[in-house]
Amino acid sequence: MIDLVAFIPRAVVQGIPLLFGSTGETLTEKSGNLNLGIPGVMYVGAISGVIGSFFYEQSVAKGGTMNGFLAVMIPLLCSLLGSLLMGLLYCFLTVSLRANQNVTGLAMTTFGIGFGNFFGGSLIKLSKSDVPSIALSATSNYFSKSLPFAGDFGWFGKIFLSYGFLAYVGIIIALIASFVLNHTRVGLHLRAVGEGPNTADAAGINVIRYKYVATCVGCMIAGLGGLYYVMDYACGVWSNDAFGDRGWLAIALVIFTIWRPNVGVFSSILFGGLYILYLYIPSGMDHMEFKELYKMIPYIVTLVVLVITSMRSKRESQPPASLGLSYFREER
Amino acid sequence: MEQKIAAVSLKNITKTFGPVVANEKVNLDIYKGEILALLGENGSGKTTLMNMLSGIYFPDEGQIFIDGKEAVIKSPKDAFDLGIGMVHQHFKLIDVLTATENIVLGMEGKLNLKDAAVKIQQICEKYGFEVDPNQKIYDMSVSQKQTVEIVKVLFRGANILILDEPTAVLTPQETEKLFSVLRKMREDGKAIVIITHKMHEVESLSDRVAVLRRGCYIGDMMTKDTNAAEMTNMMVGRQVSLNIVRPMPINPKPRIKVDGLTVRSEDGIVKLNDVSFTANSGEILGIAGISGCGQKELLEAIAGLQPAEAGSITYINEDGESEELLGKDPRKIADLGVALSFVPEDRLGMGLVGNMDLTNNMLLRSFRKGRSVFTDRKAPRQLAEKVVEELDVVTPGISTPVRRLSGGNVQKILVGREIASAPTVLLTAYAVRGLDINSSYTIYDLINKQKMKGVAVIFVGEDLDVLLEISDRILVLCGGSVSGIVDGRKTTKAEVGSMMTLIGGDKNNEEK
Repeated sequence: MIDLVAFIPRAVVQGIPLLFGSTGETLTEKSGNLNLGIPGVMYVGAISGVIGSFFYEQSVAKGGTMNGFLAVMIPLLCSLLGSLLMGLLYCFLTVSLRANQNVTGLAMTTFGIGFGNFFGGSLIKLSKSDVPSIALSATSNYFSKSLPFAGDFGWFGKIFLSYGFLAYVGIIIALIASFVLNHTRVGLHLRAVGEGPNTADAAGINVIRYKYVATCVGCMIAGLGGLYYVMDYACGVWSNDAFGDRGWLAIALVIFTIWRPNVGVFSSILFGGLYILYLYIPSGMDHMEFKELYKMIPYIVTLVVLVITSMRSKRESQPPASLGLSYFREER
Repeated sequence: MEQKIAAVSLKNITKTFGPVVANEKVNLDIYKGEILALLGENGSGKTTLMNMLSGIYFPDEGQIFIDGKEAVIKSPKDAFDLGIGMVHQHFKLIDVLTATENIVLGMEGKLNLKDAAVKIQQICEKYGFEVDPNQKIYDMSVSQKQTVEIVKVLFRGANILILDEPTAVLTPQETEKLFSVLRKMREDGKAIVIITHKMHEVESLSDRVAVLRRGCYIGDMMTKDTNAAEMTNMMVGRQVSLNIVRPMPINPKPRIKVDGLTVRSEDGIVKLNDVSFTANSGEILGIAGISGCGQKELLEAIAGLQPAEAGSITYINEDGESEELLGKDPRKIADLGVALSFVPEDRLGMGLVGNMDLTNNMLLRSFRKGRSVFTDRKAPRQLAEKVVEELDVVTPGISTPVRRLSGGNVQKILVGREIASAPTVLLTAYAVRGLDINSSYTIYDLINKQKMKGVAVIFVGEDLDVLLEISDRILVLCGGSVSGIVDGRKTTKAEVGSMMTLIGGDKNNEEK
């Protein structure tokens, strides 16, 4: 059978990028913006971090030693900046210019992936590497450093303490997001903006500002998911298109969690588990096609959840009422 | 005029939407301790003017003075800070939030729902409201929602209260309750502006009326010195007769017979319970009831749009032959001459396609008739022209999308089209919803003409006064059951009102 102590940590590291993505997307959707550009944003978040750390490693390689603080902060800030710019672009198009959100989002996904692959390819050229990838193992070491005493706790340490700091940051951000949404005035206002922007506007809430801030913060959080993927999960190895369809899974996860970031903590790990389940189910060499079927499990689960939530038709488990619609105060 | 303090004065306010001038050089004073009724036809710019006070729109020209000081109201927040609160015609509430959450929405400071709930209770006690602070909006009735809206405004300490058609969706009892609250607020020294189309409300509630016509300020007068006819003349700008004629039915014969009709909604809730009645030709059967009591389901069941669980609906034609309607295709029912004009709250939801022009909307009724593969566009175009001309529809042309027209004109087109199909049964619901008094009378006139032609008219209305004036008989629904059928010429508003809230009414001796 499946070895749980080995399986769970694998599921967690698979789940964390999804958790970042879905927390970010949940915040965005709560403001009524359906950002289908999340896969692109996560991609840009990842490549921006890679670019930052690549040049830092290059400069260090010429002489001097690596500073642990800088090695973490430079990629982190670059990643945040990259995804913030993506968020601003999305907001400018959909909120200020009131472009169609679906089209904008899809365009941003295409753009983000192209952007990532272009600069990824350029860096690979610059590094004159033999393989089509960049290895930033020095930086990655800082990111994936787990607590030194994690090994002393046996299975407990393996399951709970064996991750890099970004994994814990992801969980904390999700819990904070959940708290802010449900227990603070900002959260109440944000939910109101997503449910009924004209109502929120009439109540004196600055709808445009809430949409901008929520979407940009959401993008920055999602971008960290990309960074975590490269620096921790992939051990600092960037190769084009390796990120796969995790961005879409993150969006599916938003529906799965019924727009609740705290539920996201567990369901992202569940999704992570489902995502790699095929590696753990023995299928034999003569039935490789089953593996492909197992890879479909996360998507099937999302479909099932969609069916169930729409059947229950509880008002609280519906998407924000004005999701995907742009708002213009003086529209008649 | 006595010594009064102007809480708000508007000076030379102008607002345009593209080429449309909504308000032109409007001057208006609103006083403390006074209820001002703002009157005007549909599209005369009342709501636009008030929206500028509440910060939704920003005036193109002109000044606003609050308590004598010039104020710039750029956003709803500015309006709140100046003590202006508006209850909009379409409620500005978030369905999935509770009453308290909705009330504190947009305010500053730390979120403390418990303290807010206490303060809400205090306001409720002061004015006699009933609000459960923890109830979700989607669980509330229309009148409860409206109460939340008013409490929301008071919670922010508004001194200037604007209500845009607050009674359009209320029962007479609820309206009376609202009015007593408004009178209490007036005694409290608050300035209150109410927009309404119902003249008797203006007369019973307001101290002063101000009239707008086509965006211009016409004048004001004290309510006690005027009457409904004079006010209407001012609104319309010419002499209007305010009597609904009610000719005696000519040779009434049973046309539609409903027997033991029971309808369940998709969620399994009983919407109509054992409803039986007969609608006669040449007669207007009014249907009264609090909104959501099964009026919509009843009409839809007759038109074949709503499956029934039990019962029968029989159509009897001129020659006395009868036919069962239940289970029939809506198209076949329409071919028998049953026309449905249902005006939903958003006016465009049923029957018309907003993005299509007048001709195409006419075509929706007739496109099946043509024999060739191409649709016949000539007849609908002529019909559209006829409707525009006969009903005085204000439109740039017949190729304008219906969505762009004002509510009243949209309704005229809908009713006009249904009538043009020469029906034998006319089902109409809320035909004058949100219409100004002049357009309403045009519609009543149209309906009466149909009645004279021998059409069986089933008229669902929300304004009891009108229902009492126009109907030959009134069927009162209460929670999906028939509360009673009364003679429109003999009954009183109080009787129908009590039957609406309690089956058989208070006396309980009129059970059928």
